[in-house]
Amino acid sequence: MLKILKRFSSRIWKSIFRKRDNLRIGFYGPPNAGKTSLANRICKDWTGEEIGKVSGIPHETRNVQIKEQVKIEYKGKTMTFRMVDTPGIATKIDYENFLKHGLKKNIAKKRAREATQGIIEAIQWLDDMDAVIVVLDASENPYSQVNITIIGNLVARKIPVLIAANKIDLKHADVKKVEGAFPEYEVVGISARDGKNMDDFYKSLFALAKRV
Amino acid sequence: MKKSIGKIKGLSLHVIPFSEVQSLGIAERVKKILNLVLGNKIVILHGRLRPEEEARLIEDTMALVDHVKSFKGIELAVIEPDLRERGVFVKMRYGMAKRLVGDNSALTVIGPASVIKDIKRDPKKLELWLS
Repeated sequence: MLKILKRFSSRIWKSIFRKRDNLRIGFYGPPNAGKTSLANRICKDWTGEEIGKVSGIPHETRNVQIKEQVKIEYKGKTMTFRMVDTPGIATKIDYENFLKHGLKKNIAKKRAREATQGIIEAIQWLDDMDAVIVVLDASENPYSQVNITIIGNLVARKIPVLIAANKIDLKHADVKKVEGAFPEYEVVGISARDGKNMDDFYKSLFALAKRV
Repeated sequence: MKKSIGKIKGLSLHVIPFSEVQSLGIAERVKKILNLVLGNKIVILHGRLRPEEEARLIEDTMALVDHVKSFKGIELAVIEPDLRERGVFVKMRYGMAKRLVGDNSALTVIGPASVIKDIKRDPKKLELWLS
């Protein structure tokens, strides 16, 4: 009850006193969907610096990473964002999966421990977001419970959502399937790695900011 | 000291009727489910958890992964009626029933990741792949 009241008063406070600028934009999604790749692409495009390291091993991002003052221009309009890249949310962590990627046992165990803490941190940050970009791998089945849980939590908190169906450069990517799984939300197909369709993405990002 | 969840001796399903968890708070619901999962049981919950309860379930699961030896986490899936192509009246009736008696038209499956390898879900079916 106290949490609900706190959240309610925080939203009222924000809506009265904050300008629709320097919005906190969270990047959420399952591991290896390309959250950091997308955040890097945006930060590199507009600040010249990246936000974090990317790798093919799941749970590379194990702490929330923030990039302040990312000024983005789209069709003559400028908005400043605070980008918040979060660790991938999963329901299970098995250090043995990291061994398959060539990590040593002690490193893999450490990574697993840090990944569990990262997931908890990501969930706890949900309340602090103004809007969220849910990054999904368009070549994977979108009907995973983690995706549904993330989006359900954002809706419950009345946080505007944009779905970025990433990795459209992959052969099996299917943006239509992602749209079919989440018909009530705007879905934009992109390739964060190649920078494909980023113009449409920025258009959707500005539309998302207007809904805050 | 780390606790251990022991070896699996068979597949055990535990069905929880909605009425059994309806009056419980978020912490109690999650605790009840995780206690069963730690006993290597696959929980079939009549109804579904609220989004914040699902998030709490993930948070508490991750805390347990750190503290319980050989516990790797959970697999979780919900199957519920697909109302996307149904009429407005049906959706309204469903929404009203949900408000009055809670969301008990869904089924939630939660099991230890060491027992359930994967749950494949599409809007109409759930497939459980066991380890």
